[in-house]
Amino acid sequence: MDNGIVVEGLVREYKGGIRAVDGIDLEVAPGEIYGFLGPNGAGKSTTTHVLTTLLPPTAGRARVGGFDVAHQGAEVRRRIGAALQEAALDAFLTGREHMDLQAGLHGLSKAERARRGAALLERVGLTEAADRKVGGYSGGMKRRLDLALALVHEPAILFLDEPTTGLDPQSRSALWDEVGRLAREDGVTVFLTTQYLEEADVLAGRVGIIDRGHLVAEGTPDELKREIGGNSVEAVPANPDECGRAAEALVRFGEPAAHSTKGAAVRLRDGAEQLPEIVRALDDAGVRLAHLQLHTPSLDDVFLAKTGRSLEGAGEREGAEDADRDPEPVAA
Amino acid sequence: MTSTAQQVGLVARRSLKRTLRQPALIVPTIVFPLFLVAINSSGLNSATKIPGFPTDSYLEFAITVPFIQGAIFAAITAGTELATDVESGFLNRLQLTPLGRTSILFGQLAGATAVALLGALTYLVVGLAAGVTIHAGVLGTVVLVLYAVFAAVAFSGVGAVLGARTGSPEAVQGAFPLIFVFFFLSSMNLPRNLIDVGWFRTVATWNPISYLIEGLRSLIITGWDVTALARGLAVATAVLVLSFWAANRALATRMERT
Repeated sequence: MDNGIVVEGLVREYKGGIRAVDGIDLEVAPGEIYGFLGPNGAGKSTTTHVLTTLLPPTAGRARVGGFDVAHQGAEVRRRIGAALQEAALDAFLTGREHMDLQAGLHGLSKAERARRGAALLERVGLTEAADRKVGGYSGGMKRRLDLALALVHEPAILFLDEPTTGLDPQSRSALWDEVGRLAREDGVTVFLTTQYLEEADVLAGRVGIIDRGHLVAEGTPDELKREIGGNSVEAVPANPDECGRAAEALVRFGEPAAHSTKGAAVRLRDGAEQLPEIVRALDDAGVRLAHLQLHTPSLDDVFLAKTGRSLEGAGEREGAEDADRDPEPVAA
Repeated sequence: MTSTAQQVGLVARRSLKRTLRQPALIVPTIVFPLFLVAINSSGLNSATKIPGFPTDSYLEFAITVPFIQGAIFAAITAGTELATDVESGFLNRLQLTPLGRTSILFGQLAGATAVALLGALTYLVVGLAAGVTIHAGVLGTVVLVLYAVFAAVAFSGVGAVLGARTGSPEAVQGAFPLIFVFFFLSSMNLPRNLIDVGWFRTVATWNPISYLIEGLRSLIITGWDVTALARGLAVATAVLVLSFWAANRALATRMERT
């Protein structure tokens, strides 16, 4: 059975002609963790809603687990689990009652519901809190319960829409461990949307970067970083008047980089081994350094290179943000 | 694969649990109609002296009102609960399971129906304790409770339409005064033939709520009045069919899943 995802020219348009998703092509191999990275309003959640059959596509095709999302919704739903952006839980039910309801709706017998519910609650560390009402759970506990609920019918493909947003570092790390284990040990295909660079870097085998509804880059995190060049070095003089001299001294080591606001930066042509030479060149130019830093490229650098904007906070400037989060549908 | 009946049962159990765990949702909806009937029956008792008034106890005349008010509260409860599920994303969680739309609709109304049943039993006990006699006897008392619950189920469909269409609990609650206007413009406080103001009598005659009240009231003050009962049940059935049809359509629009 094919447990992958294939998307071809996917479009989702909302009222007023806003295209939250505008012609996306991507493929996710069975058992792979695919990171779908982008700022708020980029189209991540809309893509997830289409792939999980909650929204019909306006144009294009998408097959999930070998089935067409537009025409074989029930088959797709049978094979997927999803923890959407809002951990939609009932504050008046306990964790165990949530598991029982979800497992029951997926057709599990009463005995199987109890067994599977207890096993999953233990796996996500909620056994002790299982009989407490969810209204009293912390954000991390809710996210873990949400993940357990998505796994109750043993799906082959898991959609996680910003699963760690708002979590403390400890809860985030625990969730990463569990997602990694699911792909590694159980062979579950994971489609993970995130706006956290670190999350995509740590978890994803491959990353797709989406901006304003378009996929602007795709590859492994290392490939994407290599694509935009090697390390960069930033020199911040103690005296701001020496910035020009610092830039002149650095220019022979590579292309100027834009990320320094207090000094000068270049993307190194030959790598980190040039550092001693750089220090000597700055010294020869009479630049007294306050700070010298070697930067390894991040996915934010990739985003910056592809879109001309930094990923951090890019969504706040996006007009399409509301469209992605609170869609007003039009006939597809 | 879970059968439709099992699906409805699972959703209904969840609806019941969450409703019964919210005392703030239950207590006012049961207590408020009792206050209203207590005030009305003491303030309007002299109405029984009007020639042609069908009983000499205004309490017996007015005790019907809480039962129908309970049905209207059921509409608000059902609508608010469904809208909360839309707003919180819980409806998306349900949509991602093999659950059918009709199962969601019927299951979701269980909580509101339970509150209506609890209310009907409370009004019955309070009424009997206050000296109300149910002229249709023991069987009539059973029919009275079933009638009230049936009306509550019918009106909860109206709430479900509002909840599914707006997806906002606040918007559903905002519609409450409008529904209450219909309630007051009925034969709630006086028999229609004794309403002196012409336009009011006309509105009350066209208002289906009047027939709901009169059907229920007949069991208490008359005994077995088949015409009044049939009219009341016909109104409840019409509300049920229309509201569930509209709620199903509204939910279909809300649930865009493929």
